[in-house]
Amino acid sequence: MTEVGRPADTARTFAQKALARASGHESVAVGEIVDARPDIALSHDNTAAIAEIWCQFGQQRVAIPERMAVTLDHAVPAPTVRHARNHAEVRAFVAEQGVVHFFEVGRGICHQVLSEEAVVLPGDLILGSDSHTPHFGWLGAFGAGVGRSEMAVIWATGELWLRVPESIRIRLEGALGEWVTTKDVALALIGDLGADGALYRGVEFEGPAIAGLSLDSRAALVNMMAEMGAKNAYMAPDEDVFRYLAQRLLTRPGRRPGRGAKPGEASGEVAARLRERALYPDAGAEYVVEHLLDLSFVQPQVARPHQVDDTVDVGELESVRVDQAFIGTCTNGRLEDLGAVHRVMAGRRIAGGTRMVIVPASSEVWNEALARGWVTDLAAAGAVFGTPGCGPCMGNHLGVLAPGEVCISSANRNFQGRMGDRGSEIYLASPAVVAASAVAGRIVHPREVTE
Amino acid sequence: MNSPVDVGRPFRGRVFRYGDHVNTDVIFPGRYTYTKSSPEEVAPHALEDLDPTFAGRVRPGDVIVAGWNWGCGSSREQAAVCLRAAGVGAVIARSFGRIFYRNALNNGLLAIACPEAVEALEEGTEVEVDLEASVIRCGETAYEFSPFSPAVRSMIAAGGLIEQTKRRLAAV
Repeated sequence: MTEVGRPADTARTFAQKALARASGHESVAVGEIVDARPDIALSHDNTAAIAEIWCQFGQQRVAIPERMAVTLDHAVPAPTVRHARNHAEVRAFVAEQGVVHFFEVGRGICHQVLSEEAVVLPGDLILGSDSHTPHFGWLGAFGAGVGRSEMAVIWATGELWLRVPESIRIRLEGALGEWVTTKDVALALIGDLGADGALYRGVEFEGPAIAGLSLDSRAALVNMMAEMGAKNAYMAPDEDVFRYLAQRLLTRPGRRPGRGAKPGEASGEVAARLRERALYPDAGAEYVVEHLLDLSFVQPQVARPHQVDDTVDVGELESVRVDQAFIGTCTNGRLEDLGAVHRVMAGRRIAGGTRMVIVPASSEVWNEALARGWVTDLAAAGAVFGTPGCGPCMGNHLGVLAPGEVCISSANRNFQGRMGDRGSEIYLASPAVVAASAVAGRIVHPREVTE
Repeated sequence: MNSPVDVGRPFRGRVFRYGDHVNTDVIFPGRYTYTKSSPEEVAPHALEDLDPTFAGRVRPGDVIVAGWNWGCGSSREQAAVCLRAAGVGAVIARSFGRIFYRNALNNGLLAIACPEAVEALEEGTEVEVDLEASVIRCGETAYEFSPFSPAVRSMIAAGGLIEQTKRRLAAV
């Protein structure tokens, strides 16, 4: 990770290295504007709207069909005829243009699916018409969100201008305590630094605590940096990440050169190639600010309506009655999250007057939860399940809220009206806190229902 | 829908003031994101969950003055398009969510970071925004802002990112 002997003035951040590679430069300076060529261009249900913009360019074919990744996830299965038409337009477009990576209704949320499918690799630049695209930093990729018009321009030209951001370094030490998760770490950070604490900036995590975090936990933390305003977020990929991707590449042949496994290749060889692709910041790279966080001091957090940075220790929250508990999203809809919910709820019942919606982040998560018997146990506890996808996170369907209702959610945003009526309220927390709150009928620490 | 103001020339309008961390969900609600996209469709929903009276009151050239981190949250481009289509010429804020900032300029909506103006301008005040001179005028007072780069100005002059890209592709 460190390159001994490199002069300090040429030490570079991950963001500098990733954007230099993507723009074909030897090195780039912070603040420099580069024309970057993304390795992957992500879009989802908004693909049809982007296609409509792209059509104005008069091209017959998109410039980068092999780099495009399209997932139907935001309102699936179609809740209305208008949504159904939108999906139909997306399907027709990807078929006509030969988009290589297309994932149907029910496969899951774009960020989770492109991770599971090993579409995004360490050292990549991925631009997405989705604000949680920084998610891919958990794989050591540079992910950033862009608008629909910008995505149309990427399809047409294969590139987009980007400013090389200043970066913040956050060093993680210690270990998570009982019932504490990286969601709590993320909320604690956002509470401290503010919803604009990383505005326009890259966030680079480092430190000894990372090796002790599961891959699902890493993804949740990096994902949430979008709520701190970050342009991208990054965690140094280690052998766990390379193994995860290598296994998946071996079962998914036919990727374009340099991005897949070769026939007969051993897992270790694929992992070695991924290791070579990976980018790491230099020792001595310049950061605008550096923070140190000891994970052992973090307590389960709750973000109160309507701001993600209005956080409080769950134990300090006044009594809040809960109408709906929601588990899911690109932040906390993975297997580990469902495991935490199962740990809290198996053999217990959801409180009267409270309901619970669980939407797995992907079909892989759903299938594994089924195989482990968790779905049966959680259904017995009173939870209902939705199709893998974004669920009610942005108020489209599958559990929207009525005026005056309160939801405790494992999602990433508690903005006014986001999950339904503008008179409803969203509290954000970890899956364990959400599950405990469903059982108690009010927001509580998981200890309160498990001990 | 109001006719969009030509932001390349100095334009005048009234101030609508809002607070910090105004997110794109309240600027343009998520429940419409996959069913409404055109300027005509999105304009009536501008700021629907923040100030339901806004869309009925706004006139061409009016400006929004806000605090920190205007437009944080979702990447939805309709948040910029709905304001532009409703007639808003500029959002003047202490800072912006980065995707909103790009979306705004790409659609010819001026996103101006100018804390001094935010400090001073009151609800309902009439102001003049002059892109060429990089200044906001209010009565006798002028508030300067950092000039936009030549590339951004030429994009705005071309009518936004899409129009500019059309020309670029036609020139190849």
